Amino acid sequence: MNLSKLFGKKTFPHGIHLEEHKAETNAKPTRRLPFAPEIIVPLAQHVGKPAKPLVFQGQHVTRGELIAAADGFMSSPIHAPVTGTIKEIGLAKTAQGGKQDAIIITTSLNSGQHLLDSDIHYDYLQMSREELIQAVQNTGIVGLGGAAFPTHVKMKTPTDCSIHTVLVNGCECEPFLTTDHRLMLERIDHLLHGIRISMKCVDAPKAIIGIEDNKMDVLHAIEPFLPDDNSISIKAIATKYPQGAQKMLAYSLLGIEIPSGSRSSEAGLAIFNVATLAKVGALLPKGQGFIERIITITGDNLENPGNYLAPIGTPLRYILDHAGFKGDEAGLIIGGPMMGTPVRSLDVPITKGTGGVLVLDERATKRDDILPCIKCSQCLSACPINLNPSELGLLAAKRQYDVMEEKYHLNDCFECGCCSYVCPSNIPLVQYFRIAKTLNRERHRQDG
Amino acid sequence: MAKHDLKIDIRTSPYIRKAPTVAQIMRNVVYALLPLVIYSVYHFGISALALILVTTLSCILTEHFFCTMSGKKSTILDASAVISGLLLAMTLPPGFPLWMGAVAGFTAIAMGKTLFGGLGFNIFNPALVGRAFVQAAFPVSITTWTPALAVDRFSEFIPSTLALPFMHPLPTAEWSARVAIDGFTGATPLALMKFQGIMTNSYDLFMGNIAGSTGETSTLLILVCGAYLIFKKMLDWRIPAAVIFGTAVSAELFYLLDPLKYPTPAFMLLSGGLMFAAMFMASDMVASPVTPLGIFIFGCLVGFLTVIIRLFGGLTEAVMYAILFGNAATPIIETYTQPRIYGARKKNQDKS
Repeated sequence: MNLSKLFGKKTFPHGIHLEEHKAETNAKPTRRLPFAPEIIVPLAQHVGKPAKPLVFQGQHVTRGELIAAADGFMSSPIHAPVTGTIKEIGLAKTAQGGKQDAIIITTSLNSGQHLLDSDIHYDYLQMSREELIQAVQNTGIVGLGGAAFPTHVKMKTPTDCSIHTVLVNGCECEPFLTTDHRLMLERIDHLLHGIRISMKCVDAPKAIIGIEDNKMDVLHAIEPFLPDDNSISIKAIATKYPQGAQKMLAYSLLGIEIPSGSRSSEAGLAIFNVATLAKVGALLPKGQGFIERIITITGDNLENPGNYLAPIGTPLRYILDHAGFKGDEAGLIIGGPMMGTPVRSLDVPITKGTGGVLVLDERATKRDDILPCIKCSQCLSACPINLNPSELGLLAAKRQYDVMEEKYHLNDCFECGCCSYVCPSNIPLVQYFRIAKTLNRERHRQDG
Repeated sequence: MAKHDLKIDIRTSPYIRKAPTVAQIMRNVVYALLPLVIYSVYHFGISALALILVTTLSCILTEHFFCTMSGKKSTILDASAVISGLLLAMTLPPGFPLWMGAVAGFTAIAMGKTLFGGLGFNIFNPALVGRAFVQAAFPVSITTWTPALAVDRFSEFIPSTLALPFMHPLPTAEWSARVAIDGFTGATPLALMKFQGIMTNSYDLFMGNIAGSTGETSTLLILVCGAYLIFKKMLDWRIPAAVIFGTAVSAELFYLLDPLKYPTPAFMLLSGGLMFAAMFMASDMVASPVTPLGIFIFGCLVGFLTVIIRLFGGLTEAVMYAILFGNAATPIIETYTQPRIYGARKKNQDKS
């Protein structure tokens, strides 16, 4: 470890150091995943109102064609990921559990899968903010980092907040995932277009790309393309989980704390994921729709782990087959090992917010006995928000959910999982907090 | 090849976990205490060995007994009872009658731990509860120290060790005078300071060439063992540091007031059980605060009380009461030292 690593790099206090497990996939170029015979496109792949279907059963659709329209501003349209025939519009399983409305398309496997012809060519530098935001909505892009918040909504910042900096989040602090890493190496032009579009949308004079210092190759690859006026810069910050959380990133890059309970815009910041902006930069100039994305497929018992450009709606079963999964029992996770969602069926599709599919064998899914809290205070030293997870956990056990919220800042917890990770007593603290938050929300709803 | 038979295990994130577990931490504390145990046996002979075995066994059996009685899975495998037993033995005089040691071990676990609900729920450090009990019950035996490095220490028990239950232990004064070498008396440095105004030199205190409780004599060894745990990240260095800081500052204050009457901070730090207590007793995770500021206040409080009790109290064993008091104050310390969270708003902004 050199001295600059010890003293030089600015970073947030606390957090944890994790084994990266990125070497299995981060050196391999992205490959295209073939088209699955059947594609399941949920209508609600984003935060907000589900999209309204525009197609009917039996209709032929071309890859890239609009198949569901946005239902108002707080919604996002959906485009056909494949050329094929609409098999059904009805309920389908989703990764979140339960079923949701979805458009199911039977792929025409010998159609060539050419993109829908389009003669649109936008020059984003000549467009007004309103036109740009509308164009972003038309692409159907939502946050690719996992939150799936519609990007155009985020770009329409409140009029009373002036944004001084766009932060471009390329930290990818979750272990195993390397989609952003590959993307920053392979799609630099798209990324820079996307950054300029976002700067124009939020009217910010500068942008900073933040990466963790385990991706110095990205820094060297991007630097030659940056503009001379320093309006866009790239900074390497310490490799530490959860560096990619908005609040941590703002602190590490600029020393700014986003006030508790408020949006980043209140601190003058607009924060976007690199993959989101690269998508904007790729699609908006041509007026295309969001139909495919890069996902990391990695974990145990896989023959071909790697990054794949996969059509939205590809079922996990097809993905696992393609990656050469050899086991017969697994923990299937959408996202990373710290904050990912468990999946209970192979028939669920990947959606716009899916950054990775992680397969962990029983070693990882083994559950140990939960022991009493010994108040070792490791969770306090790990919590990036500086909460008191130990006390919160004890309160949760006593079901004092209201005290957790009112006195111990439960709602500032963003469920990064650091406390559960370090707990020597195996207490599933984050899970307790999720339950507490859900019950509190329910209680507030009933109280009106 | 469709996998219809794939078994999927569902859990919630995070899916990866860090070692060590509680049992691993506890085992490492035991390893860290072993050098102290060996040194104390070398120092005080078979009496110390017998005492250590008796208190440890007493703690383990008590824990097992109460777990069985309450129909719970026995928790002796988490090694926390072993730690309590070893810690307890380290703080007792080497010639402490064995049956009293057994009583101390029983009290430590029964009243210090099981009564509150077992590991994780105890308010006080169990070993100190045990010691406090025998301090009150057997005031003579617990203040009878015998010389270290006695010639026949490996072949002969200290006369008081084998006292029968409820019998008066044999006096050791004569034995002490017989076996002492190089002018060693049984008096501990603290007693010499308090009652005779004699200061032991710091080097002897540091190396442990003194009389005292079984495992508290060698500051050097205590520091080395503690450093091992700190290096393994199984002991929070902030607690011993705060206790040492609190003691040093308080002692320095008095020393500046009247250097002739009060001892130097170095003497305060190196004598009695302070180093051992700071390293292994105060740092008991369960009974100490978890908040960073709370840990500092707790440590300073323990250090300050130790100095006050030593200088103005009637007893020489100050640090035990100081820590028990600190343990009792822990909940209230925590209440007022909750950490400031990221992005916290100032009070007047709260309503916005």
